[in-house]
Amino acid sequence: MPPQLRDPAWVSRVFWTSVALVLLAPAFVLTEFRPWTLFEPAALKSTKRFLADFFPPKIEAEFLLLVARECWRTVAIATAGMALALLIAIPLTLLSTSALSISALPGRMHLIPLFIRQATRWLLIVLRSVPELVWALVFVRVVGLGPTAGVLAIALTYGGMLGKVYGEILESDESHATNTLLRNGAGRLQAFFYGLLPQSSAELTSYTVYRWECAIRSSAVLGFVGAGGLGQQMDNSMKMFQGGEVATMLLVFMMLVGLADYASARLRKVLA
Amino acid sequence: MRINVEGLSARHRAAAARAPAALKPVTLNIAAGEQVAIIGPSGAGKTTLLHALACALQPVSGKLALDGIDPWQISVARLQKLRGRLFLAPQSPPLPPRQRVITAVLAARLPRQSLAASLRSLIYPIHIAEAEAALARFDLANKLWDRVDRLSGGERQRVGLARALVSSASLWLVDEPLSSLDPSRAAQAIDSLTRSAREHGATLITTLHQVDVATRFARVIGLRDGELHFDLPSHDITRERLTALYAQHEHELHGAAPTPGDDAPAALYCR
Repeated sequence: MPPQLRDPAWVSRVFWTSVALVLLAPAFVLTEFRPWTLFEPAALKSTKRFLADFFPPKIEAEFLLLVARECWRTVAIATAGMALALLIAIPLTLLSTSALSISALPGRMHLIPLFIRQATRWLLIVLRSVPELVWALVFVRVVGLGPTAGVLAIALTYGGMLGKVYGEILESDESHATNTLLRNGAGRLQAFFYGLLPQSSAELTSYTVYRWECAIRSSAVLGFVGAGGLGQQMDNSMKMFQGGEVATMLLVFMMLVGLADYASARLRKVLA
Repeated sequence: MRINVEGLSARHRAAAARAPAALKPVTLNIAAGEQVAIIGPSGAGKTTLLHALACALQPVSGKLALDGIDPWQISVARLQKLRGRLFLAPQSPPLPPRQRVITAVLAARLPRQSLAASLRSLIYPIHIAEAEAALARFDLANKLWDRVDRLSGGERQRVGLARALVSSASLWLVDEPLSSLDPSRAAQAIDSLTRSAREHGATLITTLHQVDVATRFARVIGLRDGELHFDLPSHDITRERLTALYAQHEHELHGAAPTPGDDAPAALYCR
């Protein structure tokens, strides 16, 4: 084949794919990844027993009522947690985003505002780098078993996450309108409400709704460490080998996530 | 507002430090209430000069005084207050696509409004009549309640100009106000702009691509390669002077404005 017809990217493509595979191999060793143990006779037997327990799902009226109540509590934990998270995230975002810097207008940001923005960013890193499960364990010790611990755990972790991503959305969006307002003498918050917010409101809302859906799932997990809601019931039923109850709750939970997905899709369509 | 510029040179922020300054040392004095057009071929430094006057760009060297105040000698807070007395209209209209026209126009009031009043105005606009009157000057009164992304490029540009009328600025710096307007709209827009500036007692400085429009201003400044080529009353502008100013850029002198007409959609950033 004449050389000009050979794909010049081929060698480097093969090289980088092999490098990726070589780097991936230790990860599998480290995690003791041996999927074939799933199919050994002993493992198959216990899997079968566990799954057989799921049938039939328990559908007594009294139990369904309990599940419905816990389900509602799970949504309530997620929603209250998100509300508190917004209270944390919004001021921190406004503090940290360089899109609203007045001193950076003609060139480089001054040192004091630069330091404040950086410090706010560190605070956001601290908030979100502690997993919500750990926050929940901490708060279960402080405020006792129950939904309050779940609400606080979600508020802190999600506050950190929202603050970071909001800041990134605001900085990556077109800044022409905001900059012009600042250059014409508007204040930072005024420029935020008249320039930055209308510019990126759709993206901010869509991300917030998605995070709310994540919070619902996460509040179910937090139940396992005693932070109330559906997860706590699931934990109880699993410990008592009540497979039927677990099955019902899993089905209800799937419906819940599906519903949240539907709601967020509708909301995004309305806002587009 | 009175402007004194002494040996001012400036460079665009994105430019490399060793690149030659887009604006070489320029000395200028503009009295309060004067109306000045800045012309010159592309890349002559028109926008850089405008941004330097608007305190949007810190000069590399030289001195700028607005009403006798050097904006780069005062604190950031006082500078921001001073910026409230300037109105810089960039070439592409700075309007968020989802915002309504009324909100976009009233945004020019922000510097003289408290935060509380600004937020109240978002819930129910406070100065509707003022915005309507400003839009009417540019034949856009019927677009008052429309969303910005429903407007054509030319309409958006005129909304950007109408903003100047509701600001309380005493210095209007307008960058290429006619770039997406057809000739008849352009004439009307420049009439409205100059008349309103006179009524507000504001100094008006405009960069222009259309030489014939520039001669409607009392004073015309010609820039070329970042240097002051001439600074003359408009009746002294001769064909020869223009030809010299635009040498090697003749198509800009004779041809139409570089950007297309009224119905061309302006660049819109939507996500």
